Amino acid sequence: MPLSPAVTDLAQLKDRPAVARLMAWKSEAVQGAKFDRDELSIYVERDLTREACGLLQSDAATKFNFLSDITCVDLYPSEPRFEICYHLLSHTRKERVRLKVKLAGDDPSVESITPVWPGANFFEREIFDLFGIRFLNHPNLHRILMPDDWEGYPLRKDYPVEGYR
Amino acid sequence: MSLPGIATLDVTENTMILNMGPQHPSTHGVLRLLLEIDGETVVRMVPDIGYLHTGIEKTCEAKFYQQVVVLTDRIDYLCPMTNNLCYVLAVEKLLGMEIPPRAQWMRVMLNELTRIASHLVWLGTHALDIGAMTVFLYCFREREEILRIFEMVSGQRMMTSYFRVGGLALDAPLGFFEKVKKFVDIFPSRVDEYEGLLTGNRIWIERLKGVGHLSAEDAIALGMTGPALRASGVDWDLRRDMPYTGYENFKFKVPVSQDGDVWARYVGRVRELRESIGIVKQALEGMPEGRIKADAPKVVLPDREKMKTQMEALIYHFKIVTEGFTVPAGEVYQAIESPRGEMGYYIMSDGTAKPYRVHMRSPSYANLQALNKMCEGRLIADVVAAIGSIDIVLGEIDR
Repeated sequence: MPLSPAVTDLAQLKDRPAVARLMAWKSEAVQGAKFDRDELSIYVERDLTREACGLLQSDAATKFNFLSDITCVDLYPSEPRFEICYHLLSHTRKERVRLKVKLAGDDPSVESITPVWPGANFFEREIFDLFGIRFLNHPNLHRILMPDDWEGYPLRKDYPVEGYR
Repeated sequence: MSLPGIATLDVTENTMILNMGPQHPSTHGVLRLLLEIDGETVVRMVPDIGYLHTGIEKTCEAKFYQQVVVLTDRIDYLCPMTNNLCYVLAVEKLLGMEIPPRAQWMRVMLNELTRIASHLVWLGTHALDIGAMTVFLYCFREREEILRIFEMVSGQRMMTSYFRVGGLALDAPLGFFEKVKKFVDIFPSRVDEYEGLLTGNRIWIERLKGVGHLSAEDAIALGMTGPALRASGVDWDLRRDMPYTGYENFKFKVPVSQDGDVWARYVGRVRELRESIGIVKQALEGMPEGRIKADAPKVVLPDREKMKTQMEALIYHFKIVTEGFTVPAGEVYQAIESPRGEMGYYIMSDGTAKPYRVHMRSPSYANLQALNKMCEGRLIADVVAAIGSIDIVLGEIDR
């Protein structure tokens, strides 16, 4: 399948169930959307992340009942520096959606979504460990892969590939 | 009690902490479990991981796209082909590339053989943990056959790195399909042998039935995928429900059980062994002829012959090897059904020859979270059965 250009116009994507549901709930929750390579990404307002996840999980029109993955991208040196990606999956509708949340470099923190999916626990800890992003109200926000006394956050772009020597 | 620097638990008057691992034989690698126990009963369990963390995600950012294939084997050393496949599919999605049918069918066939090899290691070690030693020898006998097949096709027994962005490294050698055919013919009777040792075995049943129960709601909430999710009654298999690399052309059943215990996971995986060999058989019978690489000279290395006769091919080869190939900017998440569950690669490209970010969603990492739920209120001996039943690979958890 040859690549077609990405659709980034929110007006063209507002009929997609996930976008439509979030827009109907709170129009300020959706900052933008992108449809690229058969994948839908929705940029969500940081403070509404947890509620947006809860809504997409329980709503009958979207039914994104499963959290596949959470990860983070460091866009250093541009701002907002971090993007958290939540990959949601609907078992009944066989569809995926990616929620993206932009976080500023000076205060990278976002509400934890462990109340919605307890399985987010390890993923959020991993991001905290490797990117230094704080997840508010997380039940056990400790380093998970690196030693507890490790300095720095290895997956940040300003962290050298071979580590500090 | 509190130990600085490691995951700790606070204990009450009646309980104590038992440290299990990281060198415990039943933890399949270097997993450390902190068990809070009341007598023989597990009150709480905290897994402590990270002993095998090698920073593969960071390393990927410093490599060309084609070099990362080699790293993906090392994540999950029991199913290298699955990881290769997931990665190349993600890059191909970024590139918007078509893959020739023969390459797709080869990929399906090798993936199912990988699934069988991985399940055999699981079955052998799971039985070993519980005390049935013989099964291990039987399972590794057949696994050895599969590793020989891998060696024949890729030159490597374990770290195969056989799939390439755009197709396969090489076409199958002479006599390869005959060898696979021989294995397909003999394997179902071998599964009967394993089942003869275990399925009707009174001790085996007693140790597995009703142990490590996990409901469907809990499994979904905790991010469980793969055979363990299906054993909890959720009918979900990415190969069937969101097909990739041509799985829609194959007929197979997805075993689902409502029991949600260790027994259900055992039965499900053994049935998957039989389904997988069925897929290999279909792939053998319908293997299309034709190219094994996509027609994309800027991405796929040219054939050896062309390099010796054509200037263009030689230039492309030199360019790809020294400068890599560029990938249009964008991001994808590609998930496939690995033997352990949903293996996903999130790749972000900034338009250069090196990935900007590679993230691996490894099934074992998410599945491990469900372990506490399975073991709470159960005996310590059942912990061993529960760990075996979720089939974790620590290389994949720690990456």
